Amino acid sequence: MTIRVAVIVNGTEYARDVEPRLLLIHFIRDELGLTGSHWGCDTSNCGSCVVWLDAKPVKSCTLLAAMADGHAVRTVEGLEQDGRLDPVQQGFIECHGLQCGFCTPGMMMTARWLLDHHPDPDEAQIREAISGQVCRCTGYENIVRSIRWAAEHPRSGGAGERAGDTA
Amino acid sequence: MTAPAGPPPGAGFGRRLRKEDQRFIRGQGCFLDDVRLPGMLYGAVLRSPHPHARILSVDTLAAQAHPKVRAVITGETLAGRDLAWMPTLSGDLQAVLATDKVRFQGQEVAFVVAEDRYSARDALELIDVEYEPLPAVSDARRAMDPAAPVIRDDQPGRTDNHIFDWEAGDAARTEQVFRDAEVTVSQDMLYPRVHPAPLETCGAVAAFDQVTGKLTIWATTQAPHAHRTFYAMVAGLPEHKIRVISPDIGGGFGNKVPVYPGYLCAVVGSIITGRPVKWTEDRSENLMSTCFARDFHMRGELAATRDGRIRAVRVTVLADHGAFNGTAQPTKFPAGFFGVFTGSYDLEAAHCRVTGVYTNKAPGGVAYSCSFRVTEAVYLVERMVDVLASELGLDPAELRMRNLLRPEQFPYTSRTGWVYDSGDYPRTLRLALEIAGYDDLRKEQEAKRASGQLMGIGVSFFTEAVGAGPRSHMDILGLGMADGAELRVHPTGTAVLRISVQTQGQGHETTFAQIVAEELGISPDDVEVVHGDTDQTPFGLGTYGSRSTPVSGAATAIVARRVRERARVVAAAMLEVDPADLEWEPGRWFVRGDPDTGRAIADIALAAHSSLELPAGVEGQLSATCVYNPPNLTYPCGAYICVVDVDPGTGKVSVRRFIAVDDCGVRINPMIVEGQVHGGLADGIGMALMEVIAYDSDGNCLGGSFMDYLLPTSLECPAWELGETVTPSPHHPIGAKGVGESATVGSPPAVVNAVIDALRPFGVRHADMPLTPAQVWRAIQGRPLRTDLAIS
Repeated sequence: MTIRVAVIVNGTEYARDVEPRLLLIHFIRDELGLTGSHWGCDTSNCGSCVVWLDAKPVKSCTLLAAMADGHAVRTVEGLEQDGRLDPVQQGFIECHGLQCGFCTPGMMMTARWLLDHHPDPDEAQIREAISGQVCRCTGYENIVRSIRWAAEHPRSGGAGERAGDTA
Repeated sequence: MTAPAGPPPGAGFGRRLRKEDQRFIRGQGCFLDDVRLPGMLYGAVLRSPHPHARILSVDTLAAQAHPKVRAVITGETLAGRDLAWMPTLSGDLQAVLATDKVRFQGQEVAFVVAEDRYSARDALELIDVEYEPLPAVSDARRAMDPAAPVIRDDQPGRTDNHIFDWEAGDAARTEQVFRDAEVTVSQDMLYPRVHPAPLETCGAVAAFDQVTGKLTIWATTQAPHAHRTFYAMVAGLPEHKIRVISPDIGGGFGNKVPVYPGYLCAVVGSIITGRPVKWTEDRSENLMSTCFARDFHMRGELAATRDGRIRAVRVTVLADHGAFNGTAQPTKFPAGFFGVFTGSYDLEAAHCRVTGVYTNKAPGGVAYSCSFRVTEAVYLVERMVDVLASELGLDPAELRMRNLLRPEQFPYTSRTGWVYDSGDYPRTLRLALEIAGYDDLRKEQEAKRASGQLMGIGVSFFTEAVGAGPRSHMDILGLGMADGAELRVHPTGTAVLRISVQTQGQGHETTFAQIVAEELGISPDDVEVVHGDTDQTPFGLGTYGSRSTPVSGAATAIVARRVRERARVVAAAMLEVDPADLEWEPGRWFVRGDPDTGRAIADIALAAHSSLELPAGVEGQLSATCVYNPPNLTYPCGAYICVVDVDPGTGKVSVRRFIAVDDCGVRINPMIVEGQVHGGLADGIGMALMEVIAYDSDGNCLGGSFMDYLLPTSLECPAWELGETVTPSPHHPIGAKGVGESATVGSPPAVVNAVIDALRPFGVRHADMPLTPAQVWRAIQGRPLRTDLAIS
């Protein structure tokens, strides 16, 4: 048995016939081929799978694809706009906010949401916002700094540049 | 010993943004589960619910009848191919799929290959395994009881659960010092079983081409070349027909060194079905069955003078290796590098004895950034120094300062035979104390104690031992621990570097390009770093034990210098001068005394590929190779200070500050070094306060999900305060030492020492990790402490 799931992901409409039990993370990764969002734990603890459902970050490993039917989903692939990196993406590059890169998409989706609602968060607010997500590499401090960098550079020049030069 | 003359300052070293970030921040990394091949099938592993049971029968008929199932593989299937058992990296055998018994909860019993992930999982439930449960041993201290069940009765003649005894140091001399000592202290402590828990679990995609006979395996491996040789040895496939690709790795920390049964099952599944097979673990499988770390029951003893001179250390260890001796460490070192347990101190004598035993728990033993058990060694000695400080009524920082090795003692041969290469320990500790404002912290603590508040200050000083080999002493599976690098400069002056080590987030694509850039004076952006593909890179043992920079980093510097020397000859031919008359400056050779007459690397590269006449015996092109056999380990060190506040009502520990001063020699990319230290410090807080893979007395694993295996988040971690000292390694071409595991090694004792320091008003001398609120609360209440994680 399959059901039809129609979603708008990063502005593009998709419709797929899938098993009712299919998890949203597997729908996004396996059905749509958007592999930037990751699966990490099954129990909503790690947050590698965080995407937006409509305007809110959710853990897509504990939602069914069917629950997203008729809704909009935003993933890491939707952060870059018109060839310009989101300041959050640029911040993670500038402040070494990632090492292995596995938790990074989920962290950035939460960070974007935070900055949309609190454009000038302090360290405590940032730490609170990402506290439902796990990073095994960075010890969090550079993630906090990356998000602060993004807060200080809202859509400024430089974002979207392909960095790679000496900071 | 003086530092070697380093290269002239080139364009390479210093803080640079990472090349690899561009793909990751766009969601364009390629991790194992992102690999999709046409016609790919999915595998799933059936695991034992029992810690110890005899297998009476395995009925797979219903699973095979599932419409989407393409193959069901059991231990018997594998036995028909002589693959039911595989060698471990410690010379033991491990069941790939169980045939006779299951020996730990979560052990692999059968493998299903189906058209999709969910169907493979469904089919597992259709397999009917009849078990006869047996008594299990989950506490290493009971494993040697005469009445304990024999776990490894697959080994002919075996009547107990003993694996090995290993000793280091001088027992008689140590005994002598202890007999004469003015003061001795002793403390039992457990370094609990923990798990590296990389966010990306383990997995493999195997694709066997039935026409060419070529097997390609994408796998989450930190050591692709070692894995290829392993498959050749185990599966009998010719090595040139095996290609191992390690794509982007979502964290390794040692978890991704071994070859796991699931990888071999995916290979067999692909050979049987003729289609690619993907297998990935779920989180519980990762936590319950793959390589854990620690599980060391230790007794430490120190002998000292009354005025605080440490004279000797003695240690006895019971090491729990689980059901198979599956540690991934150099063959001659069954207890890893635990022999560095003398720490950073100048002693008269030392001795340790380590006994390894089997239990009905998951196999493994070294993983989680431990530098082959330096972690356990540092924890032992740094806890013991605090126990001694408490006994003598001395400040723990002062006691350390009195006993640290002095700079003029390097190179220093320890009482167990390790040759520490370099370091300035007192300066490193002094800097940490200064950053911390140590004296003020002690005053604050005194004031707080007077008002009933619990504040603790913990100090640790560690010496790491990283960068294995040399190959004459160190091998895995008989493969000497040396690593290769190949550098080729293209005709237009950009370059490709191929290395045998494999990044799991360490930033090799940036750091190794920086080494080439420093040596050749070209931009790191002009150096492409190729890694993680055995068909495209030179042989080497891979990345673990912080060996990438000490070993492959050295190989990279050497190939770049060889290319530079070749460039000199070519430049001399271009300029029609003697090569000896040329001088180097970053990026170009020029005629001595005539700086305007010179040739840049790009011009030289083009000439080297051109029809330019070269001296007899000089080959064209601009390339070099190197296999680097390290003459010794490198010995990074560090001084860490942790400040905690403990809630006397709940026992909750809050880490208020953490100061870390690291000396890892020359820093190629300080940003990356600091990032690695940050990550290791978070690990230390996790291990000290939260993380444990516990088992109940029946052998049930109690840490099988992130609901139970607690990892530190942004709220448990403070803003890290870092400092650095730099004493170059005298034997490394660029003076660098490894750093990837320093903080994981050095931080747990600092946190524990801080908590015990906070609890001093209650007379607490020691409590085992993890120092959960419950454990700390019991200590405050004077109740019996948990010393055994097997919960009855």
